Amino acid sequence: MGKLYAELIRIRFLTLLAYRVNYYSGIIIYAINIGAYYFLWGAIYSGQGNLAGMSLSQMTSYVAISWMSRAFYFNNIDAEIGQEVREGKVAIEMIRPYNYLSVKTAQALGEGIFRLFFFAIPGLLLIRLFIPFQFPDTLEVWGWYGLSLVFAFIVNTQINLLTGLFTFFFLRNEGMMMAKRMIVDLLSGVIIPISFFPGWTASLLQVLPFQAINFTPSMIFSGALAGKAAFTAIGMQVMWVVILLVPIVLLWKLAKRNLIVQGG
Amino acid sequence: MIKITNLEKNFRIHQARSGLGGAFRDLFQREYRTVHAVDSLTFEVEAGEMFALIGENGAGKSTTIKMLTGILTPSAGEIEINGFDPHKQREKYVQSIGVVFGQRSQLWWDLSPLESFRLLRRVYHIEDEAGLKWQERLIEELDLGSFIQQPVRKLSLGQRMRCEVAAALMHKPKLLFLDEPTVGLDVLVKQKIRDFLKSLNETEQTTVLLTTHDVSDIEALCKRVLVMDSGKLIFDGQLDELKQRWGSKTEVVFQFKRKIGKEELAVSLSPFECEINPVSEYALAVLFTHDKLPLVLSAVMGSFEVTDVAIAETSTEQIVRNIYSTTSETNGVASHG
Repeated sequence: MGKLYAELIRIRFLTLLAYRVNYYSGIIIYAINIGAYYFLWGAIYSGQGNLAGMSLSQMTSYVAISWMSRAFYFNNIDAEIGQEVREGKVAIEMIRPYNYLSVKTAQALGEGIFRLFFFAIPGLLLIRLFIPFQFPDTLEVWGWYGLSLVFAFIVNTQINLLTGLFTFFFLRNEGMMMAKRMIVDLLSGVIIPISFFPGWTASLLQVLPFQAINFTPSMIFSGALAGKAAFTAIGMQVMWVVILLVPIVLLWKLAKRNLIVQGG
Repeated sequence: MIKITNLEKNFRIHQARSGLGGAFRDLFQREYRTVHAVDSLTFEVEAGEMFALIGENGAGKSTTIKMLTGILTPSAGEIEINGFDPHKQREKYVQSIGVVFGQRSQLWWDLSPLESFRLLRRVYHIEDEAGLKWQERLIEELDLGSFIQQPVRKLSLGQRMRCEVAAALMHKPKLLFLDEPTVGLDVLVKQKIRDFLKSLNETEQTTVLLTTHDVSDIEALCKRVLVMDSGKLIFDGQLDELKQRWGSKTEVVFQFKRKIGKEELAVSLSPFECEINPVSEYALAVLFTHDKLPLVLSAVMGSFEVTDVAIAETSTEQIVRNIYSTTSETNGVASHG
């Protein structure tokens, strides 16, 4: 089993490497994104030392790390599932002795590792030449960050699987996917840290899974969540992983029963 | 090996109303129509058989294949293949089958076939040594060596199709499904694939199920033929039987030394029931049932000076055309409100 998933990750690596221009432009896009948000926040702070409990230097690290985390957890498997269902390629997936959703998850992981090492880290090193960041100084924080990033990946992938699964029923699903993408970016804390949201939205977000995707790992990285608080936050992530599993399993069962192969 | 009883598949199809107003009404209330794509299908297949499933477009062949491969859930009926229920035990069952969809690729588009094969060996948990040996044989027999390292997107259709066949066989399945495998291929590639399938059937006793529109595929490979029409099985038997049932007429073209009119020939053939068509000024075609062949020949040769005789055995192609044209007239379209 392990061999299969290792192979799937390797194949995804090779596929991504097959297009060189994509690769180089990816690094530049990451650098631009991080740079743009750095200057944006610099303008927003404009001399004020502290906003919503975060200093400018904390905010700078937050922006850098939230984009780095996003490189890892972000993937397009919902769109891929959508395309495979629409074009009837899902038929090929069904004649193979594996679970389609696990395979998609493995491919997403391959993509995540690729982006992290080949887009985000080079992008971050590139931009560090111009902008100062604070990196955590203890191994413990790095460890907590790594762990919460893994769960962030799982939660985001689960949400993608859910959106992707809806294509089995609606056949065209791009609108929902686009909406999902914006919602995840906004509510997970990539665009604005959750602590900047007004009171009632902040408490609403407490009961939604999105902050487990980016806010939690980024806050742990920037040192704002430490010790017991970090531990609780990771516990919340695990809870979301378990909760989201339920609708996925149910929808997948239903999808298999209702599967209609398009074309041919 | 394959046992199918009363298999059925119904689809609910959305009937779009016409015009802008209709489209608007469709937003709120939709009308559906149930289509019986496959209707009480029953047949059995022994291990090691090679057989063809034929029928017009929309006859239910592809739906049947998709149910047999575990992709679609049957609406009713039972399927037992290799001791499994394809849909319920899908992950175990598909280990024992290979599938080639002529119109869909199972290779990774951006990678070389070799990489795809490697991944497939992992997918099916095949040991490296035995797997590589078998892969070598496939590469050699299908003659893939010269392009196996190129990305699939750069292969020609014929090259890709041969790789598809190899990919479907990577795990040595006992049963191979081929859904229109030769669509759009040139004669040489078709021949290569057929020869390979034959030798595979002989050496590995692989059971092969083929759906096709290409009659020469059937003639080259299959003894047994199943014919489907509007979801129903209308023929199950040997190819010879099929020829007898639907292709009973034989056509003989006589070339005469002088100009002979149609009527003139009709007089001497009056004892036999036959149809005469002019081919050219000197040649006439006579159409009659096969059993009268000696009588017709001697009657014509006895009364006229014949320079040449050509007997056209009804081709399977002709038979298929006969079946298709007669069945759709008698059965109509199976649609039910």
